Order: sequence, then C-alpha cells, then structure tokens
Amino acid sequence: MAAPAMMMPAAAFQLGAGTIKFSYLAAAVLFIFALKAMASPRTARRGNLTGAVGMLIAIVVTLLSGGLHWRWIIIGLLIGSSIGALLALTVRMTAMPQMVAMFNGFGGLASATVVIVEFWKPGAPSTDLYFVVTVAVSTLIGWITFTGSLVAFAKLQGVVIPSRPIVLPLQKAANFGLLAVTIGLMVLLGCSPSHRELLVPIAVLSAGLGVMFVIPIGGADMPVVISLLNSYSGLAAAATGFVLGNIGLIIAGALVGASGIVLTRLMCTAMNRSLVNVLFGAVGARAARTGEAEERRVTSWTPEDVAMVLESASLAVVVPGYGMAVAQAQHAIKELDDLLAERGVTVKFGIHPVAGRMPGHMNVLLAEADVPYEQLCDIDEINPEFEHCDAVLVIGANDVVNPAARYDKGSPIYGMPILDVDKARSVIVCKRTLGPGFAGVDNELFYSDKTAMLFGDAKAMVTAVVRALK
Amino acid sequence: MALSVIALAAQAQGAPEQLSISVAVIIFVLAMFVGLEVIAKVPVTLHTPLMSGSNAISGITIIGALLAAGIGGWLGGVFGTLAVAAAMINVVGGYLVTDRMLRMFKRKD
Repeated sequence: MAAPAMMMPAAAFQLGAGTIKFSYLAAAVLFIFALKAMASPRTARRGNLTGAVGMLIAIVVTLLSGGLHWRWIIIGLLIGSSIGALLALTVRMTAMPQMVAMFNGFGGLASATVVIVEFWKPGAPSTDLYFVVTVAVSTLIGWITFTGSLVAFAKLQGVVIPSRPIVLPLQKAANFGLLAVTIGLMVLLGCSPSHRELLVPIAVLSAGLGVMFVIPIGGADMPVVISLLNSYSGLAAAATGFVLGNIGLIIAGALVGASGIVLTRLMCTAMNRSLVNVLFGAVGARAARTGEAEERRVTSWTPEDVAMVLESASLAVVVPGYGMAVAQAQHAIKELDDLLAERGVTVKFGIHPVAGRMPGHMNVLLAEADVPYEQLCDIDEINPEFEHCDAVLVIGANDVVNPAARYDKGSPIYGMPILDVDKARSVIVCKRTLGPGFAGVDNELFYSDKTAMLFGDAKAMVTAVVRALK
Repeated sequence: MALSVIALAAQAQGAPEQLSISVAVIIFVLAMFVGLEVIAKVPVTLHTPLMSGSNAISGITIIGALLAAGIGGWLGGVFGTLAVAAAMINVVGGYLVTDRMLRMFKRKD
C-alpha cells in the first residue's frame, strides 16, 4: 500500500502555490467556524466536524504540494494516527484531564521538532535575523509546552511525580536564573546566527524550564496550568507559522492561544488568585494549619436519613467536586437524580468553575452519566437558588463551598467566589473524612447546625442512598 | 472582526512574495482578538471539549511537519517523522476524543 504512494511524487499531480495558500486560509476560516459552533452543545458536534474538515483540507493540500519525502511521512502518519485514535477511543472520561495535558504536550513537541528541521535544512536562511529569532522563540515555547505538559500529565495520572507541590530550595531564583540564561543564549544566537549549535542548549534549557515551572504546582491548581499549557501549544504552532511564513499556522495558533488565555483567566478569577500567585505561590505545600485543635461536634447521618431529607425536598442541589471524579460516582448520582425526579423533586447541579482538575471536568463526567446539560448550572446561575433550596448534597467538594472565603481575611481562600450552599435549608456533605481541602483550611460549613456529614466513599454512599430511596 | 482577518490574510496570500513580518504580526494579533471574542461565548459546560478541540486545531503544525519530514538527511528523517507523528496524535486524537465527549451532551428528552 505504501509503495504506489511513494512512487507518486511531484510529477503525478501537484497543486499550484496559490491554490495551496488559499486552501490554508480556507482551513483557518473553518477553524473559526468550528470554535463559533462551540457556543452551544447543540451545534458543537457539527462544529468539531467542520474543524476536522478544515484540517483534512490542510493535510491533503500539503500532501499534494510536491517534493515530499513519502517514506518518512507515511511512517509518521501511521504511528501518529494510530496512537491518537487508540488514546482517544479508549481513555476513560475520568482520565480526561491528563489526556488533554498529554495532547498539549504533543502539540508543543511537534512545533519544536519542525523548527529543528527547518533550522538545519540545507539552504535555510539561517543568517536572517527574523528567521533566527522566530526559530528561537518557537523552540522556547515548544519545549516548555512539551515537558511542562509531561509533568502535568504525571501529576494528574499519579505516576512518577506526586501531585502535591514540590518546592525545591531557591526554586524561584533558580527558575528566573534559568530563564535569564535561556534568553541570554537566544540573544547571543540572534547576534551570531552562524553559531547554529546554540539552539541545542536553548532547547535543553527550555525543556528544563517546562519541568521547573509545573513541578511546584499542586493538583487543585491544575485547571489553571492545563489552560495555560493549552494556550502555549497554540502559541507554539503560531510561532512555527512565523518561521515558515504560513498564515494557516499563524491564525490557527492564535485562535488556540486565545482560547487558552480565556480559560486561564476564568480559572484564576474563580480562585480569586493572580496567575503569578498560582504559578509561584505553591499553595498546598505547607502542612495543614493545626491551629486550635479543639474538638468540634459534627452531625453524622446514615444514607437512610439522607434519602428521607432529599425525598421531601422540592428543590435539591447537588454540588460535585474532585471527590466525585475520584470515586467515579457520576452514574450513581444520575440514578439518584432519576429517583428524586420520579418523586417530584427538582434536581439541579451547582458546578464551581474550578471543581475538578480542568475547566468543565464535572460537566463532562455528568454528561457521560446522561445528566442533561440543562440541569448543570454554573456559579452565577445556582447561587441565587440556594435561598429557596431545601437540601444540598455536596459530593467530594470542599474549598469551593467554604463560607470562610466570604469573611475570613486570614484564610488563603479569602475572596474566592464560592457556592453559597450554607444559605440552603439543610446541607449534606458526602466526604471520606473531616480532613481539610486542598488549600489546607478547615471548613466552617461542616460544623454548622444545618449541616450533616455522610462519611464514606462518594460512590458507595450515593449508591446506599439510592438503595434507601428504592 | 473575523472578516477583517480573513480579508487581510487573503490579500497577503495573493501577494506573490514571501509573507512580510509586519503583515504576519498584524494577522496574528487580529486572529487573537477573533479567538478571544469567539471563545468568550463558549458556555462553561463545554470547556473540556473546547480544550481538546482547540488542541486538535493546534495540530495544524502537521503542515510544517509534512513539509519538514525527511529534509536534509537523518536530522529531517528523525525529527521530521517525530513531528508528523506528534502532530497526528493531536489531530486524530483531538478530533476523535472531542467528538466522543460532545456526543454525550444531551438535552432533556
């Protein structure tokens, strides 16, 4: 199958330069339409297909541009397509954050390696300042994206690197030093472009920077990091577009870069923290504050108690958190949702923007369990509802429902927008222990008169409530 | 907004000579603005598919990778092939996984 393809180069069929350029532009336009269609779940799927068509046009047109080295291309296409398809079709929805992290990384790697070849290819304009600078910038962003994403992947997957922040001594100073040396080398390369070998240490240092930059960031700050790396993977593609003088890459890369920026900003706002604070604050590294270790009483309920309260509610709100993802409790929750609906209870889901490990994490899991998206409310939609809500079921969430964020100026989460679950008539918190959340702060909510704890694994407990309802 | 980017890009494409730096930068900045505007309208519920979908779009590097594969001896062979493979993982994996996710988002029946 490969043989005829290899014999089909230039002479057989070749597109003109103008056709090729305009096809790339058409692809970029289709990408814009694809993103526009993401404005609603009804049109999103068709939008994704539109984007895929744009990509197909770009690939086919490039393959017909002539003068290609088919042997290498076919090997790469086969390997890449099969790995991509395998990953995409087998990954579990709960593993989606690490999956996206890995895809970001491959985007960075692709850009970084393209640039290596472009820089060393015979006849490259390697003394042209513009060319050299764009190559260096592309290398920097590409390698940071690649290794940073690998570390994020390892943290999310729980392999090799623990998900808690790792803070090395003098880390900030070391990071800035490393960045300064890298930029210094880039300037040096710009001044003496004939020393092409300088690109090697630039690439190596950039790879090191990627590792150093993600390693001090804790699990619950991952939504910010993944969004940021998403942005970088786009910017890396755009930078490669500058190297190649290719408008398709520049526009597509800028779109992805912008998308990552929007998400990063949303995530930071949802935590009331600046990007600098997330990247360098290493929240979660310090040991949980023990403070006044007074014994406080909590109310502990059985699943039967919970079933009774939920059943008699007219509006019940479920607030899922990372604990739901860990326990894979989404299907049990859907069953609960159905049973309550049968009994005339209106069930809504209140989803905090940073619940889980990536933007929209909870929504995907609940969608997987067939919860209709109309029932999923964001923070602005759900907060006014709590006042006339009879029962809230918090499943594996903690910091995002901590009322201390509203009044305790000393708390690390002070000022963070939270879900006002404490305004509901009664609150049930399903959690394994009383332990503090990621930010290491105790949660006032657990000790409130209207709160009852349902201790145990989210899935086991929700299943028990479902059984009690039946 | 989107139209102005396309018009400008089309004009730049029409020119026979190499893409000039200033035009490239202007197109990049305008495309960023288009991105910011379009993405701001994406509902929270679709943020994960948005990420994987935009990831697939960043696989556009495949163009550069296809052109680079095999150029200039072993270097182009090794790194070019790696680039094609990495970009294809993004393209194929990104679109498939996004479709898988979007298929799950259903309305109340």
